[in-house]
Amino acid sequence: MTDDLDDLRAAMRAATPDADAATRAAHLALAQKNFEMLQESRDPTRPISDGSKTGLWTGVKTMLNTFTSRAALTATTAIVAVAFVALTPMRDVLIPTQGPQFERAPAVPSQERDRVADAMAPIAGEPRAEILFAEDEADVAPAASRLSKTLAAPAPSAAEGYAIAPVPQPDVALRPEADTEAFANADSNPLQITEESPVSTFSIDVDTVSYSVLRNSLMQGYLPTAEMVRIEELVNYFPYDYAAPDGNVPFQPTVSVSQTPWNPDTQLVHIGIQGALPDVADRPPLNLVFLIDTSGSMDQANKLPLLKQSFALMLGQLRDEDQVAIVTYAGSAGQVLEPTAASDRQTIMAALNRLDAGGSTAGQAGLQQAYATAAAMAAEGEVSRVILATDGDFNVGLSDPSALKDFIADKRDSGTYLSVLGFGRGNLDDATMQALAQNGNGQAAYIDTLAEAQKVLVDQLTGALFPIANDVKIQVEFNPATVAEYRLIGYETRALRREDFNNDKVDAGDIGAGHAVTALYEITPVGSPAQLSDPLRYGAAPEAGSGDELGFLRLRYKTPGSDTSNLIETAITTDLPAQADTGFAMAIAGFGQLLRGGTYLGNWGYDAAIDLATANKGVDAYGYRTEAIQLMRLAQSLSAQ
Amino acid sequence: MRMDVSDEDLAVAAARGDRAAFSVLVERSYDRMFGLAFRLTGSRAEAEDLTQDICAALPAKIARFGGKARFTTWLYRVVVNAAHDRRRRFASHARAADGWGTWEIARREADAETAEQVDWLVHAMRGLSDDLRDTLALVLDDMTHAQAAEILNISEGTVSWRISEAKKRLKATRMKEDQA
Repeated sequence: MTDDLDDLRAAMRAATPDADAATRAAHLALAQKNFEMLQESRDPTRPISDGSKTGLWTGVKTMLNTFTSRAALTATTAIVAVAFVALTPMRDVLIPTQGPQFERAPAVPSQERDRVADAMAPIAGEPRAEILFAEDEADVAPAASRLSKTLAAPAPSAAEGYAIAPVPQPDVALRPEADTEAFANADSNPLQITEESPVSTFSIDVDTVSYSVLRNSLMQGYLPTAEMVRIEELVNYFPYDYAAPDGNVPFQPTVSVSQTPWNPDTQLVHIGIQGALPDVADRPPLNLVFLIDTSGSMDQANKLPLLKQSFALMLGQLRDEDQVAIVTYAGSAGQVLEPTAASDRQTIMAALNRLDAGGSTAGQAGLQQAYATAAAMAAEGEVSRVILATDGDFNVGLSDPSALKDFIADKRDSGTYLSVLGFGRGNLDDATMQALAQNGNGQAAYIDTLAEAQKVLVDQLTGALFPIANDVKIQVEFNPATVAEYRLIGYETRALRREDFNNDKVDAGDIGAGHAVTALYEITPVGSPAQLSDPLRYGAAPEAGSGDELGFLRLRYKTPGSDTSNLIETAITTDLPAQADTGFAMAIAGFGQLLRGGTYLGNWGYDAAIDLATANKGVDAYGYRTEAIQLMRLAQSLSAQ
Repeated sequence: MRMDVSDEDLAVAAARGDRAAFSVLVERSYDRMFGLAFRLTGSRAEAEDLTQDICAALPAKIARFGGKARFTTWLYRVVVNAAHDRRRRFASHARAADGWGTWEIARREADAETAEQVDWLVHAMRGLSDDLRDTLALVLDDMTHAQAAEILNISEGTVSWRISEAKKRLKATRMKEDQA
């Protein structure tokens, strides 16, 4: 028996290759690094920083959480339970069972990686109090003064049970930026009195960053701060079953009016826009330039390695005639992959895998080089797009933000689009991401898991890369004879001036192939007990004009490549047919308002939002809605004190 | 200077937080880990990935090395468990990948091609069931049947049976190929 076994042994020894020296060294270094991180983390005073740096409100809430150990325990249990329910099969025995977040081995691109671990690792041993105390005093002061302003606002008479908004002043100023995570947001849209300002104008928004950031926060056990929540991005994260356009129009709006879930005396005007989805085979060839941040801060499992995996997923969606180039910025900007046919996956993957995080972010020419590369690749009838992937270091060469925006806007007009993908947390510069993507006619998305990469870069890739309508603006004029008050839910950062609607030079959001966009107005009919403002004593009585129209919807858009806009108009009436699939959007809008501390919701809370979402889950082929309901439950647990 | 210290002593010191001991120990064990990883997976790329996973997780695991077992036995168990886990992940990944279409299929075909180029024995081992392959890999790595049994948490008799079964299969594969 032993003889042939010895033969096998010898054969095996001959067949076993020696470990590659470079790989070996890298692995040893990784082991040593993790060992040291583990030792350091045993020192209990060291804060772990990958979690979001919280704003004032969450800070206060988490402090209460921390000090109320029972509430904290409940929340923690819920997080663990949800993490396991949500992320079922990919369990990894190599998960460190507790302690700090490890550097995770970067994987071959196709692998589903330790999603459970990534979701769970930050939970263990998160020091909450430190983060709160680290709040800059300068940061607290203005927020506190705003708080006092809110409290000082006189409470006008109100229908019982409905709280009052602070005096509506378009207070657009952002909080001073003390931590390195900056979120673009503004105060919630105030209630408008139809008689005084009947017209509401805004740009559509197909970004989804806010939802992913919210999910990431909740999974880490924090309620997101109000400024992290942009309601329209939560609502627009989900595909809806809206009527698809027929004929040659790029999209079709459908409007319906229904009962507001959180207020029996108001109504919701639901504007759903469904973009056409051209046949994939018909789409023009695509030139993609990945502009990748390889600064030292990208050297974390949920950043560069996730980015590589995400792009690998996306490569599978490209067709042979598409081209890909890679430019990095950090230390020295450089083109690491010349324009390469998408069919040559090996070369592209090899270039991606060679990327290494290191150095500071100061690539002077990164962005310029990316655009130059894109310009060189462009040919008649092709679509060119720069995809910027970063964790928040936007030193892409132009340090002046407005110069950067101008540069991107200029390039946009020359036909190259820009999309922004955010990775990781800690110094995520959401505000800049938003600004760049908006100016580049692109989408901003935040990739926190491989599943999210799958959604953004695989399931919805066509929409993300192929615009079907540019500069889409919405203007609604309400009829003072029927609508006493109205309020736009979300879109705070997308407000446009009334006169900008007809000005084709003013940039606005874009709709990609197959995108669904939803806008919700809560309206208070004339004579409703829910009316919050008293009629003016000296105002003219509203003319009982055009009968039962609630308002009039105008939509402007440009077809890609065109400079002049088209107009779509439709009246909003009470007898519009009910639209499919509105309930879930309402539930999400309500959820967003709960997280923002909405003042219009009365006693309507997480329970009602969860019930409404569950009842309207529909087919949910990709499971996005199921996940949202779990997040709602998690937020409910975290907010219970 | 620490080259004459036993693996077990180094591991106990590393478990207490001695970085130098950990460093020497991993350096010393790396080739063995890689070799076993190669035998278990049958491909260099996968072996490298597996070894990387293990290196990343080893610091946390070593803290639980109690000094009761032989270090090599303990380490091999870590490697075998990591390999099991990786396979399980691949299996669920393969299921999840069903809908991914052409790109994933192309990737798998590329994998299959590389497999053809490796040594006959390695390739033939890939044809064995996971149980047989793991057992054979350990025994070919100079583990006694008793040690392999301890690592795999099965009885020594089962090890012996699996080895003779694996040899039979390999022989059959060889004969089939020789005739062809």
